[in-house]
Amino acid sequence: MEFSELIRTGRAQAQLLRGPEAPPLRGTLCVTGHHLLLSPGPQSTPDLWLLLLRSVDSIEKRVAGDSGTITLRCKDLRVLQLEIEGVEATLDIARSIEALSSLESVITSFPFFYRPKGLRLGDSWHFLPPERYYKRVARETDAWRLSEVNEDFGLCPSYPRAVIVPRAVDDDVLARSARFRQGGRFPVLSYSHAPSGTVLLRSSQPLTGPQKRRCAEDEELLRAVLAGARPGARGFILDTRSAQAAKQARMTGGGTEAKAAYPGWKRLHRPLERGRPLQESFVRLVEACGDPEQSMDRWLSRLEGCRWLAHVKEALSTACLAAQAMEREGACILVHGAEGTDSTLLVTSLAQLILDPMSRTIAGFQELIEREWIQAGHPFQLRCAHSAFSQARPKHEAPTFLLFLDCVWQLGRQFPLSLEFGEGLLLALFEHAYASPFGTFLCNSEKERCLCEVRTRTHSLWSGLNQPKEQRKLRNPLYVLNPLAIWPSVEPQSLRLWQGLFLRWTHPPEPAEVAWEKVWQIVTGREETEGSQPTASA
Amino acid sequence: MEHIRTTKVEQVKLLDRFSTSNKSLTGTLYLTATHLLFIDSHQKETWILHHHIASVEKLALTTSGCPLVIQCKNFRIVHFIVPRERDCHDIYNSLLQLSKQAKYEDLYAFSYNPKQNDSERLQGWQVIDLAEEYKRMGVPNSHWQLSDANREYKICETYPRELYVPQIASKPIIVGSSKFRSKGRFPVLSYYHQDKEAAICRCSQPLSGFSARCLEDEHLLQAISKANPVNRYMYVMDTRPKLNAMANRAAGKGYENEDNYSNIRFQFVGIENIHVMRSSLQKLLEVSGTKGLSVNDFYSGLESSGWLRHIKAVMDAAIFLAKAIMVENASVLVHCSDGWDRTSQVCSLGSLLLDSYYRTIKGFMVRIYSLVLSGGVRCGHLDGDPKEVSPVFTQFLECVWHLTEQFPQAFEFNEEFLLQIHEHIHSCQFGNFLGNCQKEREELKLKEKTYSLWPFLLEDQKKYINPLYSFKSQRFTVLEPNTVSFNFKFWRNMYHQFDRTLHPRQSVFNIIMNMNEQNKQLQKDIQDLESKIKQRKNKQTDGVLTKELLHSVCPESPTLKTSLRFKEQTLLPVNDALRTIEGSSPADNRYSEYAEEFSKPEPAVVSLEYGVARMTC
Repeated sequence: MEFSELIRTGRAQAQLLRGPEAPPLRGTLCVTGHHLLLSPGPQSTPDLWLLLLRSVDSIEKRVAGDSGTITLRCKDLRVLQLEIEGVEATLDIARSIEALSSLESVITSFPFFYRPKGLRLGDSWHFLPPERYYKRVARETDAWRLSEVNEDFGLCPSYPRAVIVPRAVDDDVLARSARFRQGGRFPVLSYSHAPSGTVLLRSSQPLTGPQKRRCAEDEELLRAVLAGARPGARGFILDTRSAQAAKQARMTGGGTEAKAAYPGWKRLHRPLERGRPLQESFVRLVEACGDPEQSMDRWLSRLEGCRWLAHVKEALSTACLAAQAMEREGACILVHGAEGTDSTLLVTSLAQLILDPMSRTIAGFQELIEREWIQAGHPFQLRCAHSAFSQARPKHEAPTFLLFLDCVWQLGRQFPLSLEFGEGLLLALFEHAYASPFGTFLCNSEKERCLCEVRTRTHSLWSGLNQPKEQRKLRNPLYVLNPLAIWPSVEPQSLRLWQGLFLRWTHPPEPAEVAWEKVWQIVTGREETEGSQPTASA
Repeated sequence: MEHIRTTKVEQVKLLDRFSTSNKSLTGTLYLTATHLLFIDSHQKETWILHHHIASVEKLALTTSGCPLVIQCKNFRIVHFIVPRERDCHDIYNSLLQLSKQAKYEDLYAFSYNPKQNDSERLQGWQVIDLAEEYKRMGVPNSHWQLSDANREYKICETYPRELYVPQIASKPIIVGSSKFRSKGRFPVLSYYHQDKEAAICRCSQPLSGFSARCLEDEHLLQAISKANPVNRYMYVMDTRPKLNAMANRAAGKGYENEDNYSNIRFQFVGIENIHVMRSSLQKLLEVSGTKGLSVNDFYSGLESSGWLRHIKAVMDAAIFLAKAIMVENASVLVHCSDGWDRTSQVCSLGSLLLDSYYRTIKGFMVRIYSLVLSGGVRCGHLDGDPKEVSPVFTQFLECVWHLTEQFPQAFEFNEEFLLQIHEHIHSCQFGNFLGNCQKEREELKLKEKTYSLWPFLLEDQKKYINPLYSFKSQRFTVLEPNTVSFNFKFWRNMYHQFDRTLHPRQSVFNIIMNMNEQNKQLQKDIQDLESKIKQRKNKQTDGVLTKELLHSVCPESPTLKTSLRFKEQTLLPVNDALRTIEGSSPADNRYSEYAEEFSKPEPAVVSLEYGVARMTC
């Protein structure tokens, strides 16, 4: 298929309105296979305005007289308006954008064509998170091994090739356990907490079904986990569904671990919102944030009604519970919900941020996302197909990853010195998860990424972000290594709406940015202090 | 002292008010003439000034003892459990007596002695000089003059002696106008904008009823508008909701009729009265003090308390005021009913938007002083009618805090400064906020018998400086806050400043401030060392190299020395919680009701069942 078939019109004269603060831009509008370009006159700045078509979430067109208006609502929550000369041109451009922004084919997407200067293909893809992480684990304990049982993705299509499993169980046991778990996601190591000698595991639900089936190998696997941990360790299975929902899942072949089958393990239920209701919560919050005219009462009641902050609180407190059980109670934790690809990952990754100082560095955080989200099989392509503005009926969309980023932001606000990265990195991750010139968030699993040759044919976001020129935007100038666990407050008084994301475009945070710049100056000591003349060194 | 029956009670428990597991600290409770002191087993001291106590409540006896709940005006809430009921009863009764004083002379300020001699004390009071302040604003001038009409408090008891009025307003006009204004509070100058030659004036409501008029009052208003050479019309801003103002007409009061006054534009801005504000704050505190609060209950409580809506209303009024002056170049006369609470609040906030001087530490003190003189701080230091206590000052500080959030570079001071001032509004430790008007303050001989807070704050100035403040870029800036609803947030650090378990505990500003200090110090060190090297080099050319050179570069830098020096503190830190290091205990936070499940032993039957099950498998 050629993009040219989808491009109805080459170019048109247009004016772009970019919100209340930025001045309008006038020039020639042009649709290409992946971008919307606006080229203003030769003297104006910027000399080219570019929008990745993939980042358009919804498009609305209106014509009046001999011109038209197109409103583009983007996945990063920006709202843009294009005033275009000519009715035909307007309609053609709108149709082109519509067709090109919703292309589903991965290998024709922009990352496969993006060749930025200064980056080499293949850089930063050598990052093999499970392998790398295993090296760290192996230094602390020999109870675990790296298994390549999933080498060909045959056992579990959503797992990476290598997974960390108890040394005491062999690959046959894993294969059997995989058959007993939804999507083949048998329990694997997510994080090993060396100070307490406990571990965090994740999996999907067991397929007990209405007959309450059991699987000896699955039981053996979990028994081996306790045996390999601190002597006398107990375990908790943290089910991210309510007890009711877990029971109901039996009717469709799923279910939850029977108490009797797993001695030493105890089940806890902490229901977390997922799927459609979470997406709706996101949509309603964004709607509320788009209306600057509303009264105080209306705003507060919409903020309450959308329940987003309640989800933040639940996610954080569940992660804290898991972290607390490990650090304080010396217990091992297995987290799963149903598929084990959404709220499960939310809990395991947040718990690590709370406990592990390494994961709070820039490199560690990138590794955490790579290992606990991308390689762990969070279906980014499905979940982030649309953002909050889409008119299309939501299918698999859910802002689980955004919820994770929001929780991390709350951690950063409560512990302003403990994260090496700042809001800038979180905002960048949000943008790139939904639409990106890089290949990092493409596809739904490692298997798909291999099939599409993402690693060899696209650039990694990490190499893009880790360029020196990007650093200032991403770093937290106040960072100092904090070796302790950071226990956030989950009281509603302590949680705040993430203005920098949800109100980024409607309500520009300019003074805050200027202030942040000043913080940088102070920290780097480059402030011009009055009266301190630099003395020439002798 | 005669009220104190028990001075020391041991084995008292201090409960954490947000902990669901009823976590507590055990320690000893002491009762002194001025403070309640609790020292826990870790030797951590909690001081509560009697004057800060808003209410004491004795709850029903429990098995562990008798609970005593103390709510303070600085939003601290402590929950003690006293083992013996008789002790609890004694403390309860003592606190009831000690927290409510009938006479000013019994207040802490009159016995507080911070080891200053008389001349230091006097100097302290001279830090703020209103005459100087009027000079800074540019009055008197050809349009505005100092009136001696109220020199002996004959016209208006609650006004200060020195008042500025339009040059052309004669004494009979002033006297006539004052008779037509509630409590005699006739229109006077509150702030003068030198560049725009426009004024903010203040007064109380007119006694207009349904039809009454007063020619002198009309003349005085005309004089104010004529004192503005650029714009001949002026705004009259009634800060009340229209309905309230209408209701006042039936009582012979009311508002200006536009037809009777030439050149005025009348405007209601709809700020609720102190009774509404008080109950709103009460509701807010009830909500935020709830144990185990859900996110939804918090936001619906925040909404139904209306507190943020009121803050926004005050802010909108101040913006209206600033715009009238900046955009239309018009003078504004502000009043409410008696012209103390809302009027003072709006005039002060408006001038803070207009004039960057009030956003400095010194300027803010000046503004607060005039707020006190105009009766804007009636906090009920004496045992009296609780209905007259107003949260207007708290509200004013919260508006300022919202401005500091929106304009992080515009203020010389930080949040801690606002909290410290709020602390002392109620502490009665200093004379600054006592008395409701200048006359009363003079009668109390505050300047001879009490100390002023400001020199103590200035001495500790470093703690209150906003490191991001930019004098250069902010000097001539008029703040134009955006009052879109998103911008109004719950002020956690005010209402939960004493609740250690609610993060964030660290002030980024303090950290930056320290860093800034350190940078400067290091820079100085570099200079010192470099100059020493130079000196040495000179000597070296003479062929002398001593060990001393090595000594002077040894690692003990001056920064370290200064940080080790310990100074006696006059002011207790408001929120010592802000200084704790990061990292905390998960037990402080309630993550789960499952916590107790961790400690339950596993039932022994499980393994047996497992054995059976495996055999059948």
